[in-house]
Amino acid sequence: MSNLQVSVYRYNPETDSAPYMQEFQVDTKGRDVMVLDVLHMMKEQDSGLAFRRSCREGVCGSDGMNMNGKNGLACITPLSDVVKNNKLTLRPLPGLPVIRDMVVDMGLFYKQYERIQPYLQNDTPPPAIERLQSPEERDKLDGLYECILCACCSTSCPSFWWNPEKFVGPAGLLQSYRFLADSRDTATSERLSNLEDPFSVFRCRGIMNCVAVCPKGLNPTRAIGKIREMLLADAT
Amino acid sequence: MVTNITSFGRSGLSDWLMQRVSAVILALYTVFIVAFLLFNPNLDYYTWSGLFSQTWMRIFSLLAFVALAAHAWIGLWTVTTDYLKSTRLRVGVQAVIILGIFVYLVWGIQILWGA
Ligand code: SF4
Ligand code: SF4
Ligand code: FES
Repeated sequence: MSNLQVSVYRYNPETDSAPYMQEFQVDTKGRDVMVLDVLHMMKEQDSGLAFRRSCREGVCGSDGMNMNGKNGLACITPLSDVVKNNKLTLRPLPGLPVIRDMVVDMGLFYKQYERIQPYLQNDTPPPAIERLQSPEERDKLDGLYECILCACCSTSCPSFWWNPEKFVGPAGLLQSYRFLADSRDTATSERLSNLEDPFSVFRCRGIMNCVAVCPKGLNPTRAIGKIREMLLADAT
Repeated sequence: MVTNITSFGRSGLSDWLMQRVSAVILALYTVFIVAFLLFNPNLDYYTWSGLFSQTWMRIFSLLAFVALAAHAWIGLWTVTTDYLKSTRLRVGVQAVIILGIFVYLVWGIQILWGA
């Protein structure tokens, strides 16, 4: 079994005038390990290689990256899912500024998240114990609350690449709908009026790159469709 | 709040709805014209101009022209705001598109009522 050929994006703005691809030979001993394990093996060869990771089990969302052209979490992506002809190309999430190597500046992504006010708002007096939901009302949040904000979706979305300051992006919109759909939230109409411009929601062209990459199997396009329906119902 | 002044209806929702309504109108118009051509294989000038001298056909055609103008502007406006990052270039191209659409619209109306 020959070594795995890995090509990885390197860029250190303090010393490099331009980004370049560095080649590595990694001996995986023929095992089908995760891409993150391969990154650790590479770091043993070159300790300067920078990437983010924390939980290494698909929970924290910090190791989103582009593996052979497709975004995903390195820690839960086995080599057999992505490697073609014994080659693996690793790049940072597309469309965000690179801080160093595989580490990107997520500022724009978080700014869009902040914009949708990702917290429960309720202007009625708080009850003595808690705000109750029926099981049906709670069911509406399934497929929405599980998002780990890994940014795999938004950084695979062309609309987000072209207008990251104006288009909320699939991750932010999924969370926006999570609060629009919550029976305990009373800020629905303010939330909707913040979204009806031509960019925030409507820049989505429905090509579903977001759905194709989400490591949690969530469906931002469906949530975006629901927001559109709510906007339409509210305005007509 | 994201603002804009050059989009068709200033609102993403109204642009989105208009894009869909105009698409339906254009689809109906296309189906009608294609069907008309199929049912009149030996089409001559008199049948053709006879069709367009009917008031309902003129209304239908005008509706289709206006729908086409709106559809083209909403679509091309989106393309320019996606791909043209220099403000000068974007506004310039948008102005050319508006002018083009306006000329075609007036020209179309003239043909419709001129014959
Ligand atoms: S929707 Fe999926 S891909 Fe997007 S940030 Fe959430 S978990 Fe990641
Ligand atoms: S469906 Fe919409 S949000 Fe998802 S990738 Fe496509 S344009 Fe982006
Ligand atoms: S390291 Fe936490 S999701 Fe991969």
